[in-house]
Amino acid sequence: MSDSNASATDLQAPTKEMKVGEEVVIELNGMHKWYGSFHVLKDINLKVHHGERIVVCGPSGSGKSTMIRCINRLEEHQQGQIIVNGIELSNDLKKIDEIRREVGMCFQHFNLFPHLSIMENLVLAPMWVRNIPRGEAEETAMKYLTRVKIPEQALKFPGQLSGGQQQRVAIARSLCMSPKIMLFDEPTSALDPEMIKEVLDVMIELAEEGMTMICVTHEMGFAKTVANRVIFMDGGEIIEENEPNQFFDNPQHERTQLFLSQILAH
Amino acid sequence: MAEQRQYEVGMHPDLPPPASLVGVVGWMRANLVSSPANTFFTLLAIYLIYLLIPPMLDWLIFSAAWVGDDNTVCKNETGGPIAAACWPFIKAWMTPFMFGRYPESELWRIKITYVMFGVALLALVIPQVPFKKWFALFLLIPFPVICFYLYVGGSFGLMYVETNLWGGLFLTLVIAITGIVASLPIGILLALGRRSNMPVVKAVCVAFIELWRGVPLISVLFMSSVMFPLFMPEGVNFDKLLRALVGVTLFSSAYMAEVVRGGLQAIPKGQYEGAQALGLNFVKMMYFIVMPQALKMVIPGIVNTFIGLFKDTTLVGVIGLLDFLAMIQAGSSNPDWLGYLTTGFAFAALVYWCFCFGMSQYSQHLERKLHTGH
Ligand SMILES: Nc1ncnc2c1ncn2[C@@H]1O[C@H](COP(=O)(O)OP(=O)(O)O)[C@@H](O)[C@H]1O
Ligand SMILES: [Mg+2]
Repeated sequence: MSDSNASATDLQAPTKEMKVGEEVVIELNGMHKWYGSFHVLKDINLKVHHGERIVVCGPSGSGKSTMIRCINRLEEHQQGQIIVNGIELSNDLKKIDEIRREVGMCFQHFNLFPHLSIMENLVLAPMWVRNIPRGEAEETAMKYLTRVKIPEQALKFPGQLSGGQQQRVAIARSLCMSPKIMLFDEPTSALDPEMIKEVLDVMIELAEEGMTMICVTHEMGFAKTVANRVIFMDGGEIIEENEPNQFFDNPQHERTQLFLSQILAH
Repeated sequence: MAEQRQYEVGMHPDLPPPASLVGVVGWMRANLVSSPANTFFTLLAIYLIYLLIPPMLDWLIFSAAWVGDDNTVCKNETGGPIAAACWPFIKAWMTPFMFGRYPESELWRIKITYVMFGVALLALVIPQVPFKKWFALFLLIPFPVICFYLYVGGSFGLMYVETNLWGGLFLTLVIAITGIVASLPIGILLALGRRSNMPVVKAVCVAFIELWRGVPLISVLFMSSVMFPLFMPEGVNFDKLLRALVGVTLFSSAYMAEVVRGGLQAIPKGQYEGAQALGLNFVKMMYFIVMPQALKMVIPGIVNTFIGLFKDTTLVGVIGLLDFLAMIQAGSSNPDWLGYLTTGFAFAALVYWCFCFGMSQYSQHLERKLHTGH
C-alpha cells in the first residue's frame, strides 16, 4: 500500500452532494458459503440502498472478493439469501443473466478481452446481451470512453494500453451496459502508483453521479472521500461496519484497530 | 583514460553501428562463424549440401528425360529404365493421377469446382479483397452442396458417376477437405464436452476421444470397409468412400478435440469472469470470447492436425480407394511404364509438399494477422 494519506489529499473532492435513496438494491441475509469443506463466508448480512457507496476492506484471504462475487453469481452461495434489484439469486439461469445485466463489475486484473479492440470490448455486451444496434452501441461507447478520458484509444487493443488506461476501459465497458450497481474488486491493486489516481478519479465521478457501488479497496483516501459506509471483514465475517470518519478515527473492534494500524503504518 | 566527451550532455546524436554489425560480412560473422561450434556446423552444412544436392539435381533435372509421349526416351541402351527421373511418365498419366477413372467427358464438373474453390480461397487470402465473410460463407455452406451434386451427378441431367471411379488427387482432396472441414467443429464440440461439468457428457466425450486416439487409422479404415458391413442389416449398403470419410473425420476430430482443449485450458479464468459479469450467456461467451482466443492460440496445432490428416489420406489405398498415391502406384505397375515408380514418388512428394507447405504458410500468415500484441 503506497502512502494512502497522501493520495487522499490529491484526490479530487466530490463536487456534488451524494444522495442515498430509500430503496434497498442489494440484500444479503444470513449468507454462508463454503469452498469444499472450507467455510469461507459466515453469516453475512448486508443491506445496500440505492446510491450508496460501500467500501469493503480487510486482510487478504478474509473473503472480500468472494462476497462481492457472490452478488453477481460468479460464485455460488450455499445458504441464506441474496436479493439483487428485487430478484433473489438461485440456480435459475434466467435470473442470473438478468442480475448480471444490471450489475457491472471491475476486476483487479481488468479482464479485458485481448483479441478485441477497445471499441469491440465496449460494444460486445450491449449488442449481444441488450440487442442494441451497433451504431447506437458505438455512440454510447464513445461517450463513456470520453468520460474516462481515453477516446483516442478506441481502435487500439488492450495489450497496447497502460494498466491505468486498461482499468478505465474496463470501467467504461461495464458502464456501457448501463448497470444499476457497480462492483469493484481491488481495481487499483495491480496498478503502478502513478496510475492509481486516474482510476480513482473516474470512480469518484461515478459516485457523484449517484451510482450504487461496492468497492473492495485498500485506498483509504478513496474510502474517506466517497464511502457512506466502510465494512471490515476478517475470517469470512463482517467484523465492523461504520461510516468512514467513525471507522477510521474510532475503530471499535480490536481486529479493525490492528488492521488499520498495519495499513496506515506503511 | 576515457576519451573526452565530444557532445554536450543530452545532445548525443544517434551514431551508425560499427561496421562489424552491418552488411554481408557482419551478418556472416554474427551468424556463421561466431563461435567454434557455430563454425563447425557451418562447415558441416556446406559439406552435406555438397554431398546431397548435386546428385539430386542431376537425378531430377540434368539427367532426367523430359520430352516424349511414350517410354522410349526413358530407356537406356539396354532397354532398361534410365537411372534418372522419367517425366514423360507423369505427363502420360496426368489425367488418371489427377482424377482417377472419372469419365473424361465429365471432368469439367470437377474442374469447375476447382476454379470456384481457387477464386474463393484467393479472395480469402488476399488482404485487399472485400466481402471476406461472404466468400468464407460460400465455401462453408453452398460450395460443398454444389460439389456433391456435381461430383455424384444423377440429377439436373448430369450423368451418375459411381464413387469407385473417383480417384487420384481429386479423391485425396475430397477426403482431406471433408475431413478438415468436418473435424474442426466436431473437435470443438468434443473439447467443450470433455471440459463440461456434466458427468455424462464428459464421460461420453472422453470415451469417444480416447477410443479414436487409441486405434491406428489403418484399422479404423479396415473396420469401416470390412467389419462395418457385417453389422449392417441385409440390403443396407453404405458407399465405401462415405465410410472412409466418416472414419477419417471421426479419427481426426479426436485429435482436434485435444488440440482445442489445450487452447481452452490456456484461457485465463478472468476471461470467463469478464464475459459472465457482462451478462453473456454460455454460448455467447464461448463464441465471442473464449473460442476465438483459444483457437487462435492453437492455430499451429490445428494446422498440424490438418497436415497430418492430409497425408494420412494415403492410407485409404489399403481399402481399395484409388487416391493420388495409389493411382501413382497403379500407373507404375503398368507394363509399359515399369521401373518409374521412383519418379512417381518424387512427383507425389512434390505435390504433397506443396499442399502441406501451403497450409503451413497460410497458418503463419493467419497467426501474424490475428496477433494483437498480448
Ligand atoms: N476457488 C476457490 N477454491 C478454494 N478456496 C478459495 C477459492 N477462492 C478463494 N478461496 C479461499 O477463500 C478465502 C477467501 O478468498 P478471497 O475472497 O479471495 O479473499 P480476499 O479477496 O479477501 O483476499 C481465501 O482463503 C482463499 O484461499
Ligand atoms: Mg480479493
